[in-house]
Amino acid sequence: MSSKTAQKKAVARKDMSRAQWTWKEMKRNWVAYVMVAPFMLIFSCFTVLPVLLSIVISFTDFNLLQMPNIVGLDNYIRLFLDDDIFITAAKNTFIFAAIVGPASYFMSLMVAWFINELSPKIRAVVTLIFYAPSIAGQAYLVWATLFSSDAYGWANAWLMKLGVITKEIAWFETKEYVMPLCIVVALWTSLGTSFLSFIAGLQGIDKAQYEAGAVDGIKNRWQELWYVTLPNMKPQLMFGAVMSITGSFGFGGIVTALCGFPSVDYAAHTIVHHLEDYGGQRFEIGYSSTIAVVLFVIMIGANALVKKVLSKVGS
Amino acid sequence: MAKLRTRKHKVVLARSRGGDAGITFVLVILGAFMFIPMYYVVIQSLKPLDELWMFPPRFYVSNPTGKNFKDLFSLMSGSLVPFSRYIFNTVFTSVAGTFGNLFFSSLAAYAMAKIKFPGGKGMFKLVRTSLMFHQTVTAVCCFILMSAFQMIDTYWAIIVPAWATSLGLYLMKQFMESSVTDAVLESSRLDGASELRTFWVIAMPMVKPAWLTLIIYSFQDLWNKGASVYIHSEQLKSLNYAIQQITAGGIKRAGASAAATVVMMMVPILVFVISQSNIIETMGSSGMKD
Repeated sequence: MSSKTAQKKAVARKDMSRAQWTWKEMKRNWVAYVMVAPFMLIFSCFTVLPVLLSIVISFTDFNLLQMPNIVGLDNYIRLFLDDDIFITAAKNTFIFAAIVGPASYFMSLMVAWFINELSPKIRAVVTLIFYAPSIAGQAYLVWATLFSSDAYGWANAWLMKLGVITKEIAWFETKEYVMPLCIVVALWTSLGTSFLSFIAGLQGIDKAQYEAGAVDGIKNRWQELWYVTLPNMKPQLMFGAVMSITGSFGFGGIVTALCGFPSVDYAAHTIVHHLEDYGGQRFEIGYSSTIAVVLFVIMIGANALVKKVLSKVGS
Repeated sequence: MAKLRTRKHKVVLARSRGGDAGITFVLVILGAFMFIPMYYVVIQSLKPLDELWMFPPRFYVSNPTGKNFKDLFSLMSGSLVPFSRYIFNTVFTSVAGTFGNLFFSSLAAYAMAKIKFPGGKGMFKLVRTSLMFHQTVTAVCCFILMSAFQMIDTYWAIIVPAWATSLGLYLMKQFMESSVTDAVLESSRLDGASELRTFWVIAMPMVKPAWLTLIIYSFQDLWNKGASVYIHSEQLKSLNYAIQQITAGGIKRAGASAAATVVMMMVPILVFVISQSNIIETMGSSGMKD
């Protein structure tokens, strides 16, 4: 019966213009619009609209108090040519994202792959050990204890005991150490959603694929990983990449909690911090929107790049 | 085929001993890196004062004590706003936000996954793209919009945005697509059930793992919310914020602070332990095709 109606529709569609047909389909499926309406309304208000609004505001000098004036590209020119701290922030963000993004991605993938062959019970325990730091709220503050500036911090205590240093190091207030430490802490909290997605992806691969691979002459586990496993979990790899990129570019809260704001000599100042500085404290909304727009563009660019790289997997 | 051997009810091949050893070694190193700080959090919370300030610090505790937890609760009872108010705020916003999210996301996910209508694919693409947008990036303009809606300094400022999260809809839609078969829905429709009824009676019970996943993601997010730019009144602030205020008291409060971290982190971790297998099942369909 359903095939009959489909046939009827197909005939009917020819006689209508595209717009007419779309309108008819919309009327026929009105329930679907009712169902997506609440979600899409809230989603538009708090996710889509802010993005569009930032783009518009980035061309103005809006500051919450006065009527905004259109200033054209002034904000962008100021950002790139006249704001040394932004250049520092951009540099830090890139270093940060270039290390933490790929490192957390490969760590998630490797660990998920390593534990894939364990028995389900052990796998559940290992998963918990690796996943827990990412959901443990403020637990990352323990790094401030381990690397505290007095002799009761673990790092200082042992370095002093072993005679490597004679005076305590203020880890989170020293320019040279701030960035590497933040990267370590970021990695510690980074086995999140993508990690779970990889575990599930590995579990979902059809076992027959491995047998077929073996027959086709795959020699070791590395070949198996490259030619069978990874191509079979490409959708998860893509999803994981998006989550890792968002995480590594948007990383800022932990840095503020550990190093204060602004961090010493802006050594761990990222684009997100710069954005918060102008948006949340100086109320230069126009300028902070410019920063937000630049960050969007960078993230979208990074995603496009990763998509290209991932299309090479297994070939 | 001689090379094949069966291990753990799965066909694998040519696993060299060296490779196994290497993998185990790397796994142990990484595991230690992940586990030791977490372990240290717990150990710190059990240390009496003299052990907290011991040189060099120890990774074990000789006289474990519950005093830090007691201190935490006595500090709590001394706060300006009754502490139960902070607990209520966080529990209320977490629960209201989470259930709204579950309901609205599933409703929209069902329509996008199982009904073909003009614009449906486009809407989903938009949601998928928005996975890239980090919250802090949209925060400033969100603030402007919320003041326009007069939501600043009310519970709504926390709850309503949580009702429509990109990740929630994304995971729910992917899971519905892969685990709810069209044949079942079609037979329900032929029986004369409305689309809403089909969604509620047939589809929803089939995606329970995805409910749990969504609940957990949403709950974790709301539970861990600290100070928010949208809330000024002390009476509306979150538990996490209140605890941060308590623990910011320096050396004297180091023990209570460690206890607070443990209390706060236990909730999301326990929730994850209970629901792990369901989350992994949901993640099986999380992949991005094309």
